[in-house]
Amino acid sequence: MADPDGNGASGETLLRFRDDEVHDEPAVTLDAFAAQDDATAVRLEAGDDARALLPALDRLRLIEVSFPSFRDGRGYSAAAILREAGYRGELRAAGDVLVDQLASMRRCGFDSFAPEAPIDADTARAALARYPLPYQAAADGVAPVWRRRHG
Amino acid sequence: MRLLTGNDLASGDVIWWTGTGWSRHVEDAADVGDGGEAILRAEEGARRVNVPYLIDAVPTPDGPRPAHIKDRIRALGPTVRPDLTLRPADPAAGSWVI
Amino acid sequence: MYRYDEYDQANVDARVEEFRDQVARRLSGAMTEDQFKPLRLMNGLYLQLHAYMLRVAVPYGTLDSRQLRMLGHVARKYDRGYGHFTTRQNIQFNWIKLADAPDILAELATVEMHAIQTSGNCIRNISSDQYAGAAADEAVDPRPVAELIRQWSTFHPEFSYLPRKFKIAVIAADEDRAAMRLHDIGIKLVRRDGVIGAEVHAGGGMGRTPMIASKIKEFVPLAQLMGYLEAALRVYNRYGRRDNIYKARIKILLHEIGAEAYAAQVEAEWAAIRDTGIDPPAAEIDRIAAMFAPPPFDTAAPDAVDRSDPDFAVWLDQNVAAHKAPGHAIVTVSLKPVGGIPGDASADQIDLIADLAQRFSHDEARVTHAQNIVLPHVRKADLHTVWSALREAGLAEPNLDLVSDIIACPGLDYCSLANARSIPLAQKIGQRFAGRERELGELKLKISGCINACGHHHAGHIGILGVDRKGTENFQLLLGGSGAEDTSLAKITGPGFDEDGVVDAIERVTDHYLRTRDPGERFLDTYRRIGMQPFKDVIYG
Repeated sequence: MADPDGNGASGETLLRFRDDEVHDEPAVTLDAFAAQDDATAVRLEAGDDARALLPALDRLRLIEVSFPSFRDGRGYSAAAILREAGYRGELRAAGDVLVDQLASMRRCGFDSFAPEAPIDADTARAALARYPLPYQAAADGVAPVWRRRHG
Repeated sequence: MRLLTGNDLASGDVIWWTGTGWSRHVEDAADVGDGGEAILRAEEGARRVNVPYLIDAVPTPDGPRPAHIKDRIRALGPTVRPDLTLRPADPAAGSWVI
Repeated sequence: MYRYDEYDQANVDARVEEFRDQVARRLSGAMTEDQFKPLRLMNGLYLQLHAYMLRVAVPYGTLDSRQLRMLGHVARKYDRGYGHFTTRQNIQFNWIKLADAPDILAELATVEMHAIQTSGNCIRNISSDQYAGAAADEAVDPRPVAELIRQWSTFHPEFSYLPRKFKIAVIAADEDRAAMRLHDIGIKLVRRDGVIGAEVHAGGGMGRTPMIASKIKEFVPLAQLMGYLEAALRVYNRYGRRDNIYKARIKILLHEIGAEAYAAQVEAEWAAIRDTGIDPPAAEIDRIAAMFAPPPFDTAAPDAVDRSDPDFAVWLDQNVAAHKAPGHAIVTVSLKPVGGIPGDASADQIDLIADLAQRFSHDEARVTHAQNIVLPHVRKADLHTVWSALREAGLAEPNLDLVSDIIACPGLDYCSLANARSIPLAQKIGQRFAGRERELGELKLKISGCINACGHHHAGHIGILGVDRKGTENFQLLLGGSGAEDTSLAKITGPGFDEDGVVDAIERVTDHYLRTRDPGERFLDTYRRIGMQPFKDVIYG
């Protein structure tokens, strides 16, 4: 389980669900990423097309997806697309992220969170444990209910 | 005149600023004049009202009468169920709203 | 009907506890209203004109007696003794306290009910044909597919923050009894070479800019339908507009890029995900379908009905439809008493319907999108008994699809979005035409109190839209809409009217219809034959 370890960019609390070290290269914009050939961290804005990163997934260590408002759900699809394409690096939700969105974000493949307002670790733990029996297959690989029913 | 109104958070009841506190009855509502925004912010900040806002009203001998029919229905209750309004036994309630 | 297993129950119970926790955080001030609002909406809890309103889900409109009695109990214990059935087959309680909402959801969960995703920018209640499993014209009962979609859409992690609400309807007959083509996605189940699959339509809807859905896919086998829907929702989630809430529905996206372009994007997305194990196996489809197997109909049920009671005969002819099983019939319980409140039912009435469903309809009832209740499986021999009980309770108005069978939103009496009151207008219209409904014949009249069109006025043979005209209520009159398979959008006649004026205008319209109709023509048919102008002439001339 994650502990808020304060190692995220800009001194924000970072909730992280990975065992490896936090990637230390700053995330560049998608435009800048396309113009370089050695960047390993990129930031997607809400309206950016995640599929633009598919050719470069092998060298990416960190993809940060922006949530300008928690009501803007485009980042969930971006995460799902990246995980479906085989991305295994760190996938971070950054911005207006509340504890109530953590579980869905985890399911879509996010494994770290840089919320604008810090999230209490215990509350996060409880939120993530609340729905162990999802109805759908998703990027987190947790067996959907229909697989439990029929094997 | 200007009235400050909102809802009670836990019950959802429609409430009106009386000048010193909150009442469920629009006849208790006070004219906040130009100072409504400041009171609104203070009361919302102190969590004594949920989703507050200001409306126009006209003073009458029986108390303030909101200018817009929607606010009058909100003040009293549904016109099609007089029994569920704040004045179920008042035969003049319907014409006050409409 | 569907019965929860341990997994379904666990998810509903978890949702209750999550919401209890969220309400506690709101009441303590740990959460602001802005943060709380989307969360309470995803549990169907609105802050309305007078109080909190709770919209309880009735999946594809199907209920048993135990669930109906729970709704009556909620009405008595937590509300003011009644509920309102909606145009999406759900039920609303108008006088709920936030502090009680978690307990209400906990009680509902004990009878496999919830308020999950009945509001918010997510996939809403899956609606269906109120005659499912009883009508002879269906290719298959559409409700197993509706249930499959319900489960797939529940707490879907990718689609909980869509640009806007998303409404899906499923039918399985040529006759469209669920207004499928006026939904964000409409599915018609068909049989092709012995395989059940879906003809998929997208981009329909009412609201400010009504549109009829376009067919985007000729046939998806049922075994792959969830994956296809996943693709369809993903394209909407990524590309639906988020800059303007009045342009955020999928119908706007299809309108702006074209239905073909949307269909192509869905196809491309589907190609990327269809083989990743997202579709449930056939065993799951079969498991659900088995729960919708026909009940054990009495095969010896007599076909003859004693019509000697003239009032009963009138109701029989209007409110009772043919059933696929011999000796049985489909009953529509009218929640539209002339002068009453359309769609409302008292706790006592709900209890009575529960009893009748249990005793006479294999313990099943349906909510219709026209805000009535159906008892789907009644033996003809029991019809008179059922009718007598309904009549005593004020539930036997013989007006199915007649002018007094009005669809009306709650309007300005209840709704903070409304511009005008719809219920008093419905009452006046019912009273104006009292005694003449059968003479006028099929006449679907629908009233919306504002442009959000929850009363489906665009789909009314006669539609009425309430507007605010310089602070007073005003009503626009529209003609020629239909939510059935002959889908059309009603057109405005001209300048609006006050409440009495629009009732007069409607009577001029119907008088003209009576003067000019050909034998067998409904009002809608006459309108389509002679056009708008003759009606404009009698209204304004």
